[in-house]
Amino acid sequence: MSTVTQLEATPVARKAGRAASFRRKSPAWHGLAEWGIRATALLAIAAIVLIFVFILKEALPILFDTHVRGEVSLMKMWLPQAWDGGPARFSWQPASEVPKYSLMPLVAGSLKVTLIALVISAPIAILAAVYTASIAPRRVREVLKPVVELLAGVPSVVLGVFALIVAGTWLQKLFGFEHRLNAVLAGCALSVTIVPLIFTIAEDAITAVPRDYVDASLALGATKMHTILRVVVPAAVPGIAAGIVLGFGRAIGETMIVVIASGNAALLDATLGHSTRTITATIAQEMGETVHGSPHYVVLFVLGATLLAFTFVTNLGAQRIVEHFRKKRGGT
Amino acid sequence: MIEDLSNGTTGPRGKLAVRGLDVFYRVEKPKKGQPGENQALKAVDLDVGVNEVLALIGPSGCGKSTFLRVLNRMNDTVPGARVAGSVTLDGEEILAPKYDVVGLRRRVGMVFQRPVAFPKSIFDNVAYGLRAHGLSEKRELEWRVQQALTRAALWDEVKDRLDANGLGLSGGQAQRLCIARALAVEPEVLLMDEPTSALDPIATAKLEELIAELREELTIVIVTHSMQQAGRVSQRTAFFYMGSLVEVGTTRDVFTRPREPRTEDYISGRFG
Repeated sequence: MSTVTQLEATPVARKAGRAASFRRKSPAWHGLAEWGIRATALLAIAAIVLIFVFILKEALPILFDTHVRGEVSLMKMWLPQAWDGGPARFSWQPASEVPKYSLMPLVAGSLKVTLIALVISAPIAILAAVYTASIAPRRVREVLKPVVELLAGVPSVVLGVFALIVAGTWLQKLFGFEHRLNAVLAGCALSVTIVPLIFTIAEDAITAVPRDYVDASLALGATKMHTILRVVVPAAVPGIAAGIVLGFGRAIGETMIVVIASGNAALLDATLGHSTRTITATIAQEMGETVHGSPHYVVLFVLGATLLAFTFVTNLGAQRIVEHFRKKRGGT
Repeated sequence: MIEDLSNGTTGPRGKLAVRGLDVFYRVEKPKKGQPGENQALKAVDLDVGVNEVLALIGPSGCGKSTFLRVLNRMNDTVPGARVAGSVTLDGEEILAPKYDVVGLRRRVGMVFQRPVAFPKSIFDNVAYGLRAHGLSEKRELEWRVQQALTRAALWDEVKDRLDANGLGLSGGQAQRLCIARALAVEPEVLLMDEPTSALDPIATAKLEELIAELREELTIVIVTHSMQQAGRVSQRTAFFYMGSLVEVGTTRDVFTRPREPRTEDYISGRFG
């Protein structure tokens, strides 16, 4: 009844000129707030752009500066070089009499440690996510999720020191590694930091699978396990893939753990039990010892730019993958 | 024949027999003085005959969907749901705790309100139930998928794009895909929960035609909000109200000379 009265009253009110009180102009601070929000957003974008600009600016002398080019070039960094008459090889020895700046041992080291970390953490995180999202009773779920996510809050230096002092000996005894600090040890410690990341994203993706799918599958006489494996997990694949790629980006960029636990010898080989040096650990350890503007300094920025390119490309690739799956599923 | 079903409670030959069925749902956060459970169905006695279409009508929340979900134990998936009473399928008690629920759902299929195509190819959608039951032989699968799609009147529309994603189908096609998927495992009973509520009138008409054809081969229980639909597709109609079965009889009787005043009020549009 009251709605009808109001509807009828509106034209009367407008005639009486009282409509103005309903169509008040938005107050001045609205405009100010909008401007502020926009400025904040632009600031975030500007920060990213400026990081790019800064790194490139410091790395560019590798192409143009004659003093730097006398010692090193992009070609020399990527291709094998024949030092002191020996056979052509990849070598990172920036402090030797003839500085050698080959990127390969570092790129390979970064990839080695990162892939080991992913191989360990992805299955654990995904299985844990499947269990938490679709199998565990609600009470267990309510405890499990925050606890795993709490793992992300452990400072990486703590993990690194644990790996250095305790886990290194265990792993060496277990697998008989040649070097006590090695790629596997660093990868194991790294995986602890990535598990919660992949877990959280995968768990969200699995939880977001419509309940209708589960009901439809169960109603066809499929078992719970069949439903999880054939309907729920496949529907969550884009989210799970995104989690793995983000984990890759986090792992390849992680510094503290690899500085402490990887052994830091710039060896280029496929042996997992050997000491390994990564891009991030190299930048962290050598930046403090270089002269501003020196060839070594510039090379470290080239390393940074390379790392940035890696994460940039993988993120782009991840978006492509997710997009591809979305299209395949026909959803929006 | 319809005329032979004058005794409304029992169908021609009992497929499903429901006796004294009570269903309770747990109330999540009961207020003071409120019981911890909500009774969704109260002492329902109802039989479903072989090869008949039984329509369940009633206002929202009357318990008709709950009743439907008891018949293939989909209520098991609702946390805190409790079922008491007896439901027999061909004389076998299906509410027994150790009863093979997976096998039951194979015999009693279900089609939901919203058509749910899995994000898989049309072929894989229809083959889903078969594969879930362990059928993997390729030619057998192909044959059965074709049969199911034909029975669901979808074969001609999709035979050239069986590899296309099921999500690309229109609403009406998707619902017939769901029916094909249910038919592929050759159920004896098909439960339909407002199967046309998300469809346009033309797709609805097609589906109703299909229901009439399917009746020759299996037993159908359909929940519907549309009185006209109940009139068009069913031989018998049951009217639920507030968790109780108010009246059941041949569709003609229920619509033309209902025994209960509440049925008459609902049918004539006085509430609901």
